[in-house]
Amino acid sequence: MIKKYNGKSYEFTDDGYLKSYKDWDEELAKELAKEIGIGELTDKHWQVINFLRDYFEKNEISPSLRKITRESGVSTKEVYSLFPDGPAKKAALVAGIPKPQGCV
Amino acid sequence: MEGKKYEPLKKVSIIISKGSLVDVYPGLIMANGARMEGIEANLFFTFFGLEAILEKKMDKLKVPTVGNPAMHIPSILGILPGMSAFATKMMKKEMEKLDIPPVREFIEMIHDAGAGIYACKATVDMFHLSEKDFCKDVDEVLTVGQFYELSAGAQIIFT
Repeated sequence: MIKKYNGKSYEFTDDGYLKSYKDWDEELAKELAKEIGIGELTDKHWQVINFLRDYFEKNEISPSLRKITRESGVSTKEVYSLFPDGPAKKAALVAGIPKPQGCV
Repeated sequence: MEGKKYEPLKKVSIIISKGSLVDVYPGLIMANGARMEGIEANLFFTFFGLEAILEKKMDKLKVPTVGNPAMHIPSILGILPGMSAFATKMMKKEMEKLDIPPVREFIEMIHDAGAGIYACKATVDMFHLSEKDFCKDVDEVLTVGQFYELSAGAQIIFT
């Protein structure tokens, strides 16, 4: 599915994740965050997003929530308040990486 | 599952009633998974399940090696000293590979994720326990009645 943001076209999967993480840019992240109800992105949000992008680049897999909280320096409580109602999925969506597949 | 429209669950209450490592993990994984999906979750520990939130017991839960045909070892071997410790060690190793934390860390993680952690009053009385016996993440000791009140509108899952 193709969607337009800021005059640019991006390709998404059926469940709303960016098809290729390489198409991602910071302006798109801001738009997606607004769209899924996160609002303005703070420095803490960016800390999580940048961690996710680095992690995906190195491992070619979206990290579990435990990986995020252990390695990004943002605690479980904080991640849940930054990305409410589904932190691992929502953070992955904004960061332009695939939907996480693990159970934890 | 992809692309299907369905009414999302809003709230779950998960009861953990047994105290071996293999009995405790499914409930913890489901509670954590619920929070990760934005579903409200409460965990209620009762009978031997209570061991999972007892400060002195929670790090020592074991995998039983007798009475479980799916272990695929003859029960007569399962009774040998060290078998349960061995099975427990193997399972913990596999869990870690899947990024599933040890019980103590998992309960802290689930609590930090916003789930309630409760102990069953009847069990607490039966085993002569008090609040000082619990790990720090336990919110409250509840009667069955209070548990049902808390579970209003929730799906109740018994493990």
